[in-house]
Amino acid sequence: MKYLGIEPQKPKIAIFDFTSCEGCELQLINKEETLADFLNAVEIVRFREASSSYSDDYDIALIEGSVSRNDEVKRLENIRKTAKILVTLGSCACFGGVNQLKNEFDLKSMNREVYGNDPKETINVRPIKDIVPVDIEIPGCPVSKAEVESLICHLVWDSPFQIPVYSVCVECKQRFTTCLFEKGQLCLGPITRAGCNAPCPAGGSGCWGCRGPSVEANYKSFFSIVKEKGFNDIEFRERLNFFGAFGEVKIS
Amino acid sequence: MLFKTIKKQDLFDLYFSDVQCIGPKKVGTNYKGKPIYQFLPFSSFDEINLDYETTEYSAKTYFLPYKETLSSFQFKDDDWDQEINYRTRPRVIIGLHPCDINALVKLDKVFEKTLFPNPYYITRRQNTFVVGIDCKKSCDHGFCSSLGSYTVTHGFDLFLTDIGDRYFVKIGSDRAFNALQKIETREITKDDNELYLQTRNKFEDGLEKTVRVENLPNLLDIEFESDVWKKWGDKCLSCGTCAMVCPTCYCYGVTEHISMDFNKSDKIKQLYSCNLNDFAQVAGGHNFRPEPATRLKYRYYHQHRGFVESFGQPMCVGCNRCGRICLAGINPTDVITDLQREQKR
Repeated sequence: MKYLGIEPQKPKIAIFDFTSCEGCELQLINKEETLADFLNAVEIVRFREASSSYSDDYDIALIEGSVSRNDEVKRLENIRKTAKILVTLGSCACFGGVNQLKNEFDLKSMNREVYGNDPKETINVRPIKDIVPVDIEIPGCPVSKAEVESLICHLVWDSPFQIPVYSVCVECKQRFTTCLFEKGQLCLGPITRAGCNAPCPAGGSGCWGCRGPSVEANYKSFFSIVKEKGFNDIEFRERLNFFGAFGEVKIS
Repeated sequence: MLFKTIKKQDLFDLYFSDVQCIGPKKVGTNYKGKPIYQFLPFSSFDEINLDYETTEYSAKTYFLPYKETLSSFQFKDDDWDQEINYRTRPRVIIGLHPCDINALVKLDKVFEKTLFPNPYYITRRQNTFVVGIDCKKSCDHGFCSSLGSYTVTHGFDLFLTDIGDRYFVKIGSDRAFNALQKIETREITKDDNELYLQTRNKFEDGLEKTVRVENLPNLLDIEFESDVWKKWGDKCLSCGTCAMVCPTCYCYGVTEHISMDFNKSDKIKQLYSCNLNDFAQVAGGHNFRPEPATRLKYRYYHQHRGFVESFGQPMCVGCNRCGRICLAGINPTDVITDLQREQKR
Protein backbone atom coordinates (compact mmCIF):
# COMPACT_ATOMS: atom_id res chain seq x y z
CA MET A 1 0.00 0.00 0.00
CA LYS A 2 1.22 3.42 -0.99
CA TYR A 3 0.21 6.39 1.14
CA LEU A 4 0.63 10.06 0.22
CA GLY A 5 3.04 8.96 -2.46
CA ILE A 6 5.25 7.15 0.03
CA GLU A 7 6.20 3.59 -0.76
CA PRO A 8 6.55 1.63 2.49
CA GLN A 9 9.83 -0.13 3.16
CA LYS A 10 10.15 -3.64 4.47
CA PRO A 11 13.44 -3.30 6.27
CA LYS A 12 15.63 -6.31 6.98
CA ILE A 13 16.26 -6.36 10.70
CA ALA A 14 18.84 -8.27 12.71
CA ILE A 15 18.74 -8.44 16.48
CA PHE A 16 21.94 -8.87 18.46
CA ASP A 17 22.58 -9.43 22.12
CA PHE A 18 25.61 -8.33 24.06
CA THR A 19 26.09 -8.40 27.85
CA SER A 20 22.50 -8.34 29.16
CA CYS A 21 19.65 -10.39 30.56
CA GLU A 22 18.00 -10.56 27.10
CA GLY A 23 14.83 -9.15 28.62
CA CYS A 24 14.58 -6.43 25.98
CA GLU A 25 14.56 -9.07 23.26
CA LEU A 26 11.79 -10.81 25.14
CA GLN A 27 9.87 -7.53 25.01
CA LEU A 28 10.11 -7.65 21.22
CA ILE A 29 7.99 -10.79 21.18
CA ASN A 30 5.62 -9.45 23.82
CA LYS A 31 2.35 -7.57 23.24
CA GLU A 32 0.65 -10.46 21.49
CA GLU A 33 -2.26 -8.41 20.14
CA THR A 34 0.03 -6.76 17.60
CA LEU A 35 2.80 -9.35 17.40
CA ALA A 36 1.70 -10.82 14.05
CA ASP A 37 1.48 -7.35 12.48
CA PHE A 38 4.85 -6.45 13.94
CA LEU A 39 6.43 -9.54 12.39
CA ASN A 40 4.69 -8.80 9.07
CA ALA A 41 5.89 -5.21 8.91
CA VAL A 42 9.54 -6.11 8.81
CA GLU A 43 11.75 -8.97 7.73
CA ILE A 44 13.59 -10.36 10.71
CA VAL A 45 16.67 -12.09 9.34
CA ARG A 46 18.40 -12.81 12.63
CA PHE A 47 17.00 -13.11 16.13
CA ARG A 48 18.71 -15.75 18.24
CA GLU A 49 16.15 -15.70 21.04
CA ALA A 50 13.12 -16.20 18.79
CA SER A 51 14.13 -17.43 15.37
CA SER A 52 16.32 -20.03 13.65
CA SER A 53 17.03 -17.75 10.68
CA TYR A 54 20.61 -16.58 10.51
CA SER A 55 21.77 -14.05 7.97
CA ASP A 56 24.36 -11.32 7.63
CA ASP A 57 22.25 -9.46 5.08
CA TYR A 58 20.46 -6.74 7.05
CA ASP A 59 19.76 -2.98 6.98
CA ILE A 60 18.84 -2.38 10.58
CA ALA A 61 20.65 -3.70 13.65
CA LEU A 62 18.82 -3.70 16.97
CA ILE A 63 21.30 -4.11 19.77
CA GLU A 64 20.64 -5.22 23.29
CA GLY A 65 23.26 -5.23 26.02
CA SER A 66 26.51 -3.53 26.87
CA VAL A 67 30.09 -4.40 26.01
CA SER A 68 32.08 -6.26 28.68
CA ARG A 69 34.64 -8.30 26.69
CA ASN A 70 37.18 -7.44 23.99
CA ASP A 71 35.67 -9.88 21.48
CA GLU A 72 32.38 -7.98 21.82
CA VAL A 73 34.15 -4.83 20.61
CA LYS A 74 35.19 -6.58 17.37
CA ARG A 75 31.74 -8.09 16.87
CA LEU A 76 30.11 -4.69 17.37
CA GLU A 77 32.42 -2.98 14.89
CA ASN A 78 31.51 -5.57 12.27
CA ILE A 79 27.80 -5.04 12.86
CA ARG A 80 28.28 -1.29 12.47
CA LYS A 81 29.96 -1.85 9.10
CA THR A 82 26.95 -3.79 7.79
CA ALA A 83 24.04 -1.90 9.37
CA LYS A 84 22.68 1.23 7.70
CA ILE A 85 20.88 2.10 10.92
CA LEU A 86 22.04 0.96 14.34
CA VAL A 87 19.57 1.11 17.20
CA THR A 88 20.37 0.48 20.84
CA LEU A 89 17.60 -1.14 22.88
CA GLY A 90 17.41 -0.79 26.63
CA SER A 91 19.46 0.65 29.48
CA CYS A 92 22.43 -1.72 29.08
CA ALA A 93 22.99 -0.85 25.43
CA CYS A 94 22.27 2.87 25.97
CA PHE A 95 24.06 3.51 29.27
CA GLY A 96 25.82 0.31 30.37
CA GLY A 97 22.88 -0.62 32.57
CA VAL A 98 23.08 -2.65 35.74
CA ASN A 99 26.21 -4.34 34.36
CA GLN A 100 28.29 -1.18 34.68
CA LEU A 101 27.97 -1.35 38.48
CA LYS A 102 31.01 -3.62 38.40
CA ASN A 103 33.10 -0.71 37.08
CA GLU A 104 33.15 0.68 40.59
CA PHE A 105 35.13 -2.32 41.85
CA ASP A 106 38.48 -3.87 41.14
CA LEU A 107 38.08 -6.06 38.05
CA LYS A 108 40.29 -8.92 39.30
CA SER A 109 38.59 -9.29 42.63
CA MET A 110 35.17 -9.09 40.93
CA ASN A 111 36.22 -11.85 38.56
CA ARG A 112 37.27 -13.99 41.52
CA GLU A 113 34.07 -13.22 43.38
CA VAL A 114 31.90 -14.41 40.50
CA TYR A 115 33.96 -17.14 38.80
CA GLY A 116 36.17 -18.35 41.65
CA ASN A 117 39.19 -20.27 40.35
CA ASP A 118 37.97 -20.19 36.76
CA PRO A 119 38.37 -16.47 35.85
CA LYS A 120 36.95 -15.14 32.56
CA GLU A 121 38.33 -12.51 30.27
CA THR A 122 36.55 -9.26 31.06
CA ILE A 123 36.87 -5.48 30.64
CA ASN A 124 35.10 -2.52 32.16
CA VAL A 125 31.49 -2.32 30.95
CA ARG A 126 30.78 0.28 28.28
CA PRO A 127 27.61 1.38 26.50
CA ILE A 128 27.39 0.78 22.74
CA LYS A 129 27.80 4.47 21.86
CA ASP A 130 31.25 4.43 23.51
CA ILE A 131 32.46 2.05 20.80
CA VAL A 132 30.51 2.82 17.61
CA PRO A 133 28.16 5.62 16.49
CA VAL A 134 24.51 4.96 17.39
CA ASP A 135 21.68 6.30 15.22
CA ILE A 136 18.69 5.81 17.47
CA GLU A 137 18.46 5.07 21.20
CA ILE A 138 15.45 3.50 22.90
CA PRO A 139 16.23 3.46 26.62
CA GLY A 140 14.47 1.59 29.43
CA CYS A 141 14.74 -1.54 31.54
CA PRO A 142 13.23 -3.28 29.77
CA VAL A 143 12.57 -1.40 26.54
CA SER A 144 8.94 -0.45 25.87
CA LYS A 145 7.37 -2.41 23.02
CA ALA A 146 5.20 0.59 22.14
CA GLU A 147 8.34 2.62 21.46
CA VAL A 148 9.77 -0.24 19.38
CA GLU A 149 6.55 -0.19 17.34
CA SER A 150 6.94 3.54 16.83
CA LEU A 151 10.48 2.84 15.60
CA ILE A 152 9.11 0.28 13.14
CA CYS A 153 6.62 2.88 11.82
CA HIS A 154 9.52 5.25 11.39
CA LEU A 155 11.57 2.66 9.49
CA VAL A 156 8.68 1.57 7.26
CA TRP A 157 6.98 4.92 6.58
CA ASP A 158 9.59 7.46 7.54
CA SER A 159 7.17 8.92 10.09
CA PRO A 160 8.99 10.77 12.89
CA PHE A 161 10.38 8.61 15.68
CA GLN A 162 9.77 10.45 18.90
CA ILE A 163 10.18 9.62 22.52
CA PRO A 164 9.16 12.05 25.25
CA VAL A 165 11.66 14.78 26.14
CA TYR A 166 9.91 15.51 29.43
CA SER A 167 10.31 13.79 32.78
CA VAL A 168 8.44 10.90 34.41
CA CYS A 169 6.44 13.37 36.58
CA VAL A 170 4.01 13.95 33.70
CA GLU A 171 3.17 10.25 33.49
CA CYS A 172 2.74 9.97 37.28
CA LYS A 173 0.17 12.74 37.06
CA GLN A 174 -1.57 11.00 34.16
CA ARG A 175 -2.18 7.99 36.37
CA PHE A 176 -2.95 9.89 39.61
CA THR A 177 0.14 8.68 41.43
CA THR A 178 0.85 10.64 44.60
CA CYS A 179 4.30 12.21 44.40
CA LEU A 180 6.72 9.93 46.26
CA PHE A 181 8.52 12.93 47.77
CA GLU A 182 5.17 13.81 49.37
CA LYS A 183 5.35 10.40 51.06
CA GLY A 184 8.94 11.01 52.13
CA GLN A 185 10.53 8.72 49.53
CA LEU A 186 13.34 9.27 47.05
CA CYS A 187 12.49 9.28 43.34
CA LEU A 188 14.49 10.15 40.22
CA GLY A 189 11.31 10.89 38.26
CA PRO A 190 11.90 14.66 37.97
CA ILE A 191 15.16 14.16 36.05
CA THR A 192 14.32 10.92 34.20
CA ARG A 193 12.89 10.69 30.69
CA ALA A 194 9.26 9.61 30.49
CA GLY A 195 7.88 7.00 28.11
CA CYS A 196 7.63 4.08 30.51
CA ASN A 197 4.19 5.12 31.85
CA ALA A 198 5.72 5.46 35.32
CA PRO A 199 5.06 1.97 36.72
CA CYS A 200 7.66 2.14 39.51
CA PRO A 201 6.35 5.23 41.36
CA ALA A 202 2.83 3.81 40.98
CA GLY A 203 4.10 0.61 42.58
CA GLY A 204 5.59 2.63 45.44
CA SER A 205 9.30 2.18 44.78
CA GLY A 206 10.22 5.52 43.21
CA CYS A 207 11.96 5.97 39.88
CA TRP A 208 15.47 4.51 39.46
CA GLY A 209 16.26 6.36 36.26
CA CYS A 210 16.45 3.41 33.85
CA ARG A 211 15.48 5.64 30.91
CA GLY A 212 18.24 8.14 31.54
CA PRO A 213 17.97 11.91 31.79
CA SER A 214 15.04 13.91 30.45
CA VAL A 215 16.12 16.57 27.99
CA GLU A 216 18.01 19.32 29.86
CA ALA A 217 17.26 17.86 33.28
CA ASN A 218 17.82 20.48 35.98
CA TYR A 219 20.37 18.58 38.09
CA LYS A 220 21.43 21.56 40.16
CA SER A 221 17.95 22.30 41.41
CA PHE A 222 17.05 18.63 41.82
CA PHE A 223 20.19 17.82 43.80
CA SER A 224 19.61 20.67 46.20
CA ILE A 225 15.98 19.56 46.67
CA VAL A 226 17.14 16.00 47.46
CA LYS A 227 19.67 17.33 49.95
CA GLU A 228 17.20 19.72 51.53
CA LYS A 229 14.74 16.87 52.02
CA GLY A 230 17.40 15.03 53.99
CA PHE A 231 18.17 12.02 51.79
CA ASN A 232 21.67 10.80 52.40
CA ASP A 233 24.33 11.16 49.77
CA ILE A 234 25.18 7.46 49.59
CA GLU A 235 21.58 6.40 49.00
CA PHE A 236 21.18 9.09 46.35
CA ARG A 237 24.47 8.27 44.61
CA GLU A 238 23.65 4.55 44.55
CA ARG A 239 20.36 5.25 42.87
CA LEU A 240 21.85 7.64 40.31
CA ASN A 241 24.52 5.07 39.44
CA PHE A 242 22.21 2.09 39.25
CA PHE A 243 21.67 2.06 35.48
CA GLY A 244 24.71 4.16 34.65
CA ALA A 245 22.46 6.68 32.94
CA PHE A 246 23.62 9.68 34.96
CA GLY A 247 27.29 8.78 34.81
CA GLU A 248 28.67 12.17 33.93
CA VAL A 249 26.68 14.04 36.54
CA LYS A 250 28.48 15.20 39.66
CA ILE A 251 26.60 15.53 42.92
CA SER A 252 27.47 18.94 44.28
CA MET B 1 -31.15 31.45 42.93
CA LEU B 2 -33.46 28.94 44.55
CA PHE B 3 -32.49 27.94 48.11
CA LYS B 4 -33.62 24.99 50.21
CA THR B 5 -32.28 23.07 53.13
CA ILE B 6 -31.93 19.32 53.40
CA LYS B 7 -31.02 16.91 56.18
CA LYS B 8 -27.35 16.01 55.82
CA GLN B 9 -27.86 12.27 55.62
CA ASP B 10 -30.58 12.70 52.97
CA LEU B 11 -27.87 13.76 50.53
CA PHE B 12 -26.85 10.11 50.34
CA ASP B 13 -30.35 9.10 49.21
CA LEU B 14 -30.11 11.40 46.21
CA TYR B 15 -27.68 9.16 44.47
CA PHE B 16 -27.53 7.79 41.90
CA SER B 17 -26.95 4.11 41.90
CA ASP B 18 -27.00 4.00 38.10
CA VAL B 19 -24.23 6.51 37.39
CA GLN B 20 -20.58 6.81 38.21
CA CYS B 21 -19.97 8.95 41.30
CA ILE B 22 -16.70 10.83 41.88
CA GLY B 23 -15.76 12.36 45.21
CA PRO B 24 -12.88 13.35 47.49
CA LYS B 25 -11.32 10.07 48.57
CA LYS B 26 -8.43 9.71 50.97
CA VAL B 27 -5.58 7.96 49.15
CA GLY B 28 -2.86 8.15 51.79
CA THR B 29 -1.01 10.30 54.25
CA ASN B 30 1.91 12.56 53.50
CA TYR B 31 5.20 12.53 55.40
CA LYS B 32 3.88 15.23 57.74
CA GLY B 33 0.93 13.00 58.67
CA LYS B 34 -1.61 15.02 56.69
CA PRO B 35 -4.25 13.11 54.70
CA ILE B 36 -4.00 13.23 50.89
CA TYR B 37 -7.26 13.38 48.94
CA GLN B 38 -8.02 12.84 45.27
CA PHE B 39 -11.25 13.02 43.27
CA LEU B 40 -11.89 9.35 42.50
CA PRO B 41 -14.83 7.08 41.74
CA PHE B 42 -16.62 5.72 44.79
CA SER B 43 -19.42 3.27 45.36
CA SER B 44 -20.44 4.11 48.91
CA PHE B 45 -20.53 7.40 50.77
CA ASP B 46 -18.30 6.23 53.59
CA GLU B 47 -15.44 6.14 51.05
CA ILE B 48 -15.46 9.94 50.72
CA ASN B 49 -15.04 12.83 53.12
CA LEU B 50 -16.89 16.05 52.28
CA ASP B 51 -14.97 17.86 55.04
CA TYR B 52 -11.69 17.38 53.13
CA GLU B 53 -9.37 20.39 53.05
CA THR B 54 -8.14 20.14 49.49
CA THR B 55 -7.21 17.52 46.88
CA GLU B 56 -3.80 16.77 45.42
CA TYR B 57 -5.16 16.91 41.84
CA SER B 58 -7.96 19.10 40.54
CA ALA B 59 -11.09 17.55 39.05
CA LYS B 60 -10.25 18.97 35.62
CA THR B 61 -9.30 15.58 34.24
CA TYR B 62 -12.98 14.49 34.35
CA PHE B 63 -13.68 17.24 31.79
CA LEU B 64 -10.31 17.46 30.04
CA PRO B 65 -8.72 14.01 30.36
CA TYR B 66 -4.94 13.80 30.47
CA LYS B 67 -5.21 11.67 27.34
CA GLU B 68 -8.11 11.23 24.93
CA THR B 69 -8.59 9.91 21.42
CA LEU B 70 -10.00 12.70 19.26
CA SER B 71 -10.59 10.54 16.22
CA SER B 72 -9.59 7.32 14.53
CA PHE B 73 -8.94 6.75 10.86
CA GLN B 74 -9.34 3.42 9.15
CA PHE B 75 -7.97 2.95 5.64
CA LYS B 76 -10.28 1.15 3.22
CA ASP B 77 -9.07 0.41 -0.30
CA ASP B 78 -8.34 3.82 -1.76
CA ASP B 79 -10.42 5.66 0.82
CA TRP B 80 -10.62 6.03 4.56
CA ASP B 81 -13.26 6.23 7.30
CA GLN B 82 -13.10 8.57 10.21
CA GLU B 83 -14.61 7.69 13.56
CA ILE B 84 -15.28 10.31 16.20
CA ASN B 85 -16.86 9.47 19.51
CA TYR B 86 -18.18 12.29 21.66
CA ARG B 87 -20.38 10.10 23.80
CA THR B 88 -19.78 9.94 27.52
CA ARG B 89 -21.64 8.24 30.30
CA PRO B 90 -23.40 10.52 32.78
CA ARG B 91 -21.43 11.21 35.91
CA VAL B 92 -21.82 12.87 39.28
CA ILE B 93 -18.96 14.78 40.86
CA ILE B 94 -19.64 15.58 44.45
CA GLY B 95 -17.67 17.82 46.78
CA LEU B 96 -16.13 20.39 44.45
CA HIS B 97 -15.05 23.51 46.32
CA PRO B 98 -15.89 26.99 44.96
CA CYS B 99 -12.41 27.40 43.43
CA ASP B 100 -12.87 24.24 41.36
CA ILE B 101 -16.32 25.26 40.16
CA ASN B 102 -15.00 28.71 39.27
CA ALA B 103 -12.28 26.90 37.35
CA LEU B 104 -14.95 25.03 35.38
CA VAL B 105 -16.73 28.32 34.67
CA LYS B 106 -13.44 29.61 33.21
CA LEU B 107 -12.99 26.45 31.13
CA ASP B 108 -16.60 26.93 29.91
CA LYS B 109 -15.52 30.29 28.50
CA VAL B 110 -12.64 28.65 26.65
CA PHE B 111 -14.37 25.54 25.37
CA GLU B 112 -18.11 26.19 25.37
CA LYS B 113 -18.92 29.89 25.08
CA THR B 114 -16.52 30.56 22.28
CA LEU B 115 -16.32 30.84 18.54
CA PHE B 116 -15.20 27.23 18.19
CA PRO B 117 -16.97 25.19 20.86
CA ASN B 118 -15.24 21.98 21.80
CA PRO B 119 -17.66 19.05 21.60
CA TYR B 120 -15.40 16.76 23.65
CA TYR B 121 -15.47 19.18 26.58
CA ILE B 122 -19.14 20.09 26.21
CA THR B 123 -20.34 16.51 26.23
CA ARG B 124 -18.45 15.81 29.47
CA ARG B 125 -19.54 19.07 31.07
CA GLN B 126 -23.20 18.57 30.21
CA ASN B 127 -23.22 14.96 31.27
CA THR B 128 -21.70 15.72 34.65
CA PHE B 129 -23.92 16.59 37.57
CA VAL B 130 -21.82 18.88 39.75
CA VAL B 131 -22.44 19.03 43.47
CA GLY B 132 -20.31 21.67 45.14
CA ILE B 133 -19.68 22.38 48.79
CA ASP B 134 -18.34 25.41 50.64
CA CYS B 135 -14.97 25.10 52.40
CA LYS B 136 -15.06 25.14 56.17
CA LYS B 137 -11.70 26.83 56.51
CA SER B 138 -9.13 28.09 54.05
CA CYS B 139 -6.66 25.51 52.77
CA ASP B 140 -2.88 25.52 53.20
CA HIS B 141 -1.61 28.70 51.48
CA GLY B 142 -4.67 28.91 49.25
CA PHE B 143 -5.16 32.44 47.93
CA CYS B 144 -8.66 32.14 46.50
CA SER B 145 -9.68 35.36 48.21
CA SER B 146 -7.16 37.24 46.05
CA LEU B 147 -8.86 35.87 42.94
CA GLY B 148 -12.41 36.22 44.27
CA SER B 149 -13.01 32.53 43.78
CA TYR B 150 -13.89 31.50 47.34
CA THR B 151 -17.54 31.94 46.51
CA VAL B 152 -19.53 30.70 43.53
CA THR B 153 -22.89 31.62 42.02
CA HIS B 154 -23.16 29.38 38.95
CA GLY B 155 -21.51 26.53 37.12
CA PHE B 156 -22.95 23.82 39.40
CA ASP B 157 -26.12 21.80 39.73
CA LEU B 158 -26.30 21.77 43.51
CA PHE B 159 -24.20 23.69 45.96
CA LEU B 160 -24.09 22.86 49.67
CA THR B 161 -23.12 24.82 52.73
CA ASP B 162 -22.84 22.98 56.01
CA ILE B 163 -24.96 24.87 58.56
CA GLY B 164 -24.87 22.31 61.36
CA ASP B 165 -27.26 19.37 61.06
CA ARG B 166 -28.53 20.51 57.66
CA TYR B 167 -27.12 21.60 54.32
CA PHE B 168 -28.10 24.97 52.95
CA VAL B 169 -28.62 24.11 49.30
CA LYS B 170 -28.38 26.33 46.24
CA ILE B 171 -30.18 24.86 43.24
CA GLY B 172 -28.35 25.73 40.05
CA SER B 173 -30.22 23.74 37.37
CA ASP B 174 -33.56 22.19 36.39
CA ARG B 175 -32.16 18.73 36.67
CA ALA B 176 -30.98 19.51 40.21
CA PHE B 177 -34.46 20.72 41.10
CA ASN B 178 -35.91 17.48 39.75
CA ALA B 179 -33.34 15.35 41.53
CA LEU B 180 -34.28 16.98 44.83
CA GLN B 181 -37.85 15.69 44.46
CA LYS B 182 -36.47 12.31 45.55
CA ILE B 183 -35.78 13.57 49.07
CA GLU B 184 -37.42 15.81 51.60
CA THR B 185 -36.46 19.47 51.23
CA ARG B 186 -37.45 22.35 53.48
CA GLU B 187 -38.21 25.91 52.50
CA ILE B 188 -35.67 28.43 53.75
CA THR B 189 -36.48 30.05 57.08
CA LYS B 190 -35.17 33.31 58.47
CA ASP B 191 -32.99 31.28 60.82
CA ASP B 192 -31.53 29.31 57.89
CA ASN B 193 -30.58 32.50 56.10
CA GLU B 194 -28.93 33.88 59.20
CA LEU B 195 -27.09 30.66 59.87
CA TYR B 196 -25.88 30.52 56.28
CA LEU B 197 -24.63 34.10 56.32
CA GLN B 198 -22.97 33.64 59.71
CA THR B 199 -21.17 30.54 58.44
CA ARG B 200 -19.96 32.35 55.36
CA ASN B 201 -18.93 35.47 57.27
CA LYS B 202 -16.95 33.36 59.69
CA PHE B 203 -15.17 31.69 56.78
CA GLU B 204 -14.46 35.00 55.07
CA ASP B 205 -13.08 36.47 58.29
CA GLY B 206 -10.58 33.61 58.40
CA LEU B 207 -9.25 34.38 54.92
CA GLU B 208 -6.11 36.35 54.42
CA LYS B 209 -5.81 38.24 51.18
CA THR B 210 -2.31 37.27 50.26
CA VAL B 211 -1.55 38.90 46.95
CA ARG B 212 -3.02 41.69 44.84
CA VAL B 213 -3.54 40.61 41.24
CA GLU B 214 -5.60 43.47 39.80
CA ASN B 215 -2.71 45.28 38.14
CA LEU B 216 -0.79 42.15 37.13
CA PRO B 217 -1.44 42.46 33.38
CA ASN B 218 0.42 45.78 33.40
CA LEU B 219 3.05 44.76 35.94
CA LEU B 220 3.90 41.63 33.93
CA ASP B 221 4.49 43.72 30.81
CA ILE B 222 6.72 46.10 32.72
CA GLU B 223 8.69 43.27 34.36
CA PHE B 224 9.16 41.22 31.18
CA GLU B 225 12.95 41.32 31.53
CA SER B 226 13.01 41.04 35.33
CA ASP B 227 15.66 38.94 37.10
CA VAL B 228 12.82 37.46 39.13
CA TRP B 229 12.13 35.07 36.24
CA LYS B 230 15.70 33.81 36.30
CA LYS B 231 15.63 33.39 40.08
CA TRP B 232 12.57 31.12 39.93
CA GLY B 233 13.43 29.66 36.53
CA ASP B 234 16.74 28.35 37.88
CA LYS B 235 14.79 26.34 40.46
CA CYS B 236 12.21 25.04 37.95
CA LEU B 237 12.56 21.32 37.14
CA SER B 238 10.45 21.73 33.96
CA CYS B 239 8.45 18.71 35.13
CA GLY B 240 5.06 20.15 34.20
CA THR B 241 3.47 19.07 37.46
CA CYS B 242 2.03 22.56 38.11
CA ALA B 243 0.02 22.49 34.91
CA MET B 244 -1.08 18.89 35.43
CA VAL B 245 -2.63 19.57 38.84
CA CYS B 246 -3.97 23.02 37.89
CA PRO B 247 -7.77 23.16 37.59
CA THR B 248 -7.59 25.53 34.61
CA CYS B 249 -4.40 24.78 32.60
CA TYR B 250 -5.70 23.34 29.35
CA CYS B 251 -2.81 23.47 26.85
CA TYR B 252 -2.32 20.26 24.92
CA GLY B 253 -0.50 18.48 22.13
CA VAL B 254 -1.86 16.10 19.50
CA THR B 255 0.03 13.13 18.11
CA GLU B 256 -0.74 10.42 15.56
CA HIS B 257 -0.53 6.81 16.68
CA ILE B 258 -0.32 4.46 13.72
CA SER B 259 -1.38 0.88 14.29
CA MET B 260 1.10 -1.92 13.65
CA ASP B 261 -0.86 -3.19 10.64
CA PHE B 262 -0.62 0.37 9.22
CA ASN B 263 -4.36 0.35 8.52
CA LYS B 264 -5.52 2.55 11.34
CA SER B 265 -4.39 5.68 13.08
CA ASP B 266 -5.54 7.42 16.26
CA LYS B 267 -5.26 11.13 16.81
CA ILE B 268 -4.46 11.40 20.50
CA LYS B 269 -4.68 14.58 22.50
CA GLN B 270 -2.53 14.86 25.60
CA LEU B 271 -2.60 17.71 28.11
CA TYR B 272 0.80 19.35 27.96
CA SER B 273 2.52 21.97 30.06
CA CYS B 274 4.16 25.18 28.91
CA ASN B 275 7.00 24.31 31.30
CA LEU B 276 8.00 21.19 29.36
CA ASN B 277 11.18 21.59 27.34
CA ASP B 278 9.70 21.19 23.85
CA PHE B 279 6.43 23.09 24.41
CA ALA B 280 7.46 25.84 22.01
CA GLN B 281 9.52 23.68 19.67
CA VAL B 282 8.32 23.89 16.09
CA ALA B 283 8.77 21.92 12.87
CA GLY B 284 12.39 22.12 11.83
CA GLY B 285 13.50 21.89 15.44
CA HIS B 286 13.66 25.52 16.55
CA ASN B 287 12.67 26.01 20.18
CA PHE B 288 11.26 29.46 20.89
CA ARG B 289 11.53 28.98 24.66
CA PRO B 290 14.60 26.90 25.40
CA GLU B 291 15.21 28.27 28.92
CA PRO B 292 13.14 27.12 31.92
CA ALA B 293 12.88 30.75 33.08
CA THR B 294 11.19 31.82 29.85
CA ARG B 295 8.78 28.92 29.97
CA LEU B 296 7.92 29.63 33.60
CA LYS B 297 7.37 33.29 32.76
CA TYR B 298 4.95 32.46 29.99
CA ARG B 299 2.93 30.25 32.31
CA TYR B 300 2.37 33.30 34.51
CA TYR B 301 1.70 35.42 31.43
CA HIS B 302 -1.05 33.09 30.26
CA GLN B 303 -2.60 32.81 33.71
CA HIS B 304 -2.47 36.47 34.71
CA ARG B 305 -2.15 38.51 31.54
CA GLY B 306 -3.20 36.73 28.33
CA PHE B 307 -6.32 35.24 29.86
CA VAL B 308 -7.29 38.61 31.34
CA GLU B 309 -7.03 40.21 27.90
CA SER B 310 -9.24 37.53 26.37
CA PHE B 311 -11.76 36.96 29.12
CA GLY B 312 -11.53 39.92 31.51
CA GLN B 313 -10.32 37.86 34.46
CA PRO B 314 -7.27 35.80 35.44
CA MET B 315 -7.21 32.09 34.67
CA CYS B 316 -5.85 31.27 38.14
CA VAL B 317 -8.37 30.54 40.92
CA GLY B 318 -5.85 30.60 43.76
CA CYS B 319 -6.18 26.96 44.86
CA ASN B 320 -2.37 26.77 45.24
CA ARG B 321 -2.26 23.11 44.14
CA CYS B 322 0.72 24.03 41.95
CA GLY B 323 2.46 25.74 44.86
CA ARG B 324 1.92 22.88 47.29
CA ILE B 325 3.05 20.14 44.92
CA CYS B 326 6.08 21.94 43.38
CA LEU B 327 9.25 20.20 44.57
CA ALA B 328 11.24 23.34 43.84
CA GLY B 329 8.99 25.45 46.06
CA ILE B 330 7.75 27.69 43.24
CA ASN B 331 4.36 29.13 44.19
CA PRO B 332 2.30 31.95 42.70
CA THR B 333 2.10 34.16 45.79
CA ASP B 334 5.89 34.23 46.21
CA VAL B 335 6.60 34.78 42.51
CA ILE B 336 4.01 37.55 42.21
CA THR B 337 5.12 39.20 45.46
CA ASP B 338 8.71 39.13 44.18
CA LEU B 339 7.66 40.92 40.99
CA GLN B 340 5.75 43.52 42.95
CA ARG B 341 8.78 44.13 45.19
CA GLU B 342 10.92 44.52 42.11
CA GLN B 343 8.73 47.39 41.01
CA LYS B 344 9.01 49.15 44.36
CA ARG B 345 12.77 49.01 44.39
